Amino acid sequence: MVPKAEIAHWLAASVTLLLGLILLAQVIVGPEVFATRRWRAYLWPFVALVGGIFLWVIAIFSTFSTMHLVAHSVWAESAMIAGGVQLAVVRGKLSSPYWWLVTAAALFFSGVAFLVHEQNGWLFSRSAFLHHTIGWSLVVAALFPVGAALRPGRRVWSTGFALTFVVLAVMLYSDRDSAPIFGHFEGVVIRR
Amino acid sequence: MSSQIATSIRHRTVRRARSGMRRQGRAVGVQLLGPLTILAGVVWAVAQPWRIAFLYPDGKGFYDYVAQPPLLVVLVGLLFIFFVAPGLIEDLERERHGPEG
Repeated sequence: MVPKAEIAHWLAASVTLLLGLILLAQVIVGPEVFATRRWRAYLWPFVALVGGIFLWVIAIFSTFSTMHLVAHSVWAESAMIAGGVQLAVVRGKLSSPYWWLVTAAALFFSGVAFLVHEQNGWLFSRSAFLHHTIGWSLVVAALFPVGAALRPGRRVWSTGFALTFVVLAVMLYSDRDSAPIFGHFEGVVIRR
Repeated sequence: MSSQIATSIRHRTVRRARSGMRRQGRAVGVQLLGPLTILAGVVWAVAQPWRIAFLYPDGKGFYDYVAQPPLLVVLVGLLFIFFVAPGLIEDLERERHGPEG
């Protein structure tokens, strides 16, 4: 009764999309108004932390290959570390903008994990294509928290960070366990 | 002296009007996020109706009904409209009336 991977990805996409919308709303209203209600300020670090816990659960169940086990563990670890650090920032325990570098590292290593654990080329299947796309997107998106650490207060970093989650959601929604990409499907993937 | 006071009042009025317009724009922006998300979900449902298990029930299992991507997008839009946007709009309004009101 374990759901197919694509279903877990679509549910994750929904959480990611909601998070992206909330972060976009933060950019629109400004951080001061957004933090008027404390729960909103805690939301994204909390989601990252809880997401990390769920990713550990997925790491436990997705034992069909060592690469997947390691990749899911890297995502779980990255999400929990980034979430934990940002919770401390929101709480006021950490104040330096350089803590954004932890989020940058989390995004970067998550992206690398996507790229490394995909064994096939870009056009092998939709899943392979999305692994490459998501991997490179996260690697590039790591620049936004780097910007927030080095040049804090600029809206471009928070906008880019928020849009990263929206784009990630779109890519996760596009995922299918076995489906063609641009007409390519080289006949070796199991058909459902 | 009186012209200085008049100029400063005019400046303050212009600044207040600009800040009011900016706040109005922000409120509209927040209010649009949810409906735009729902619109995206509806467009997706129309473009790929087979991704909705209710419309194509053949061979579909429990999880296919739990996770139907276009409907999930609509659900996210609704969650934002009902649980996130109202508080933000209220806080924007409070910010406007708070220090000046």
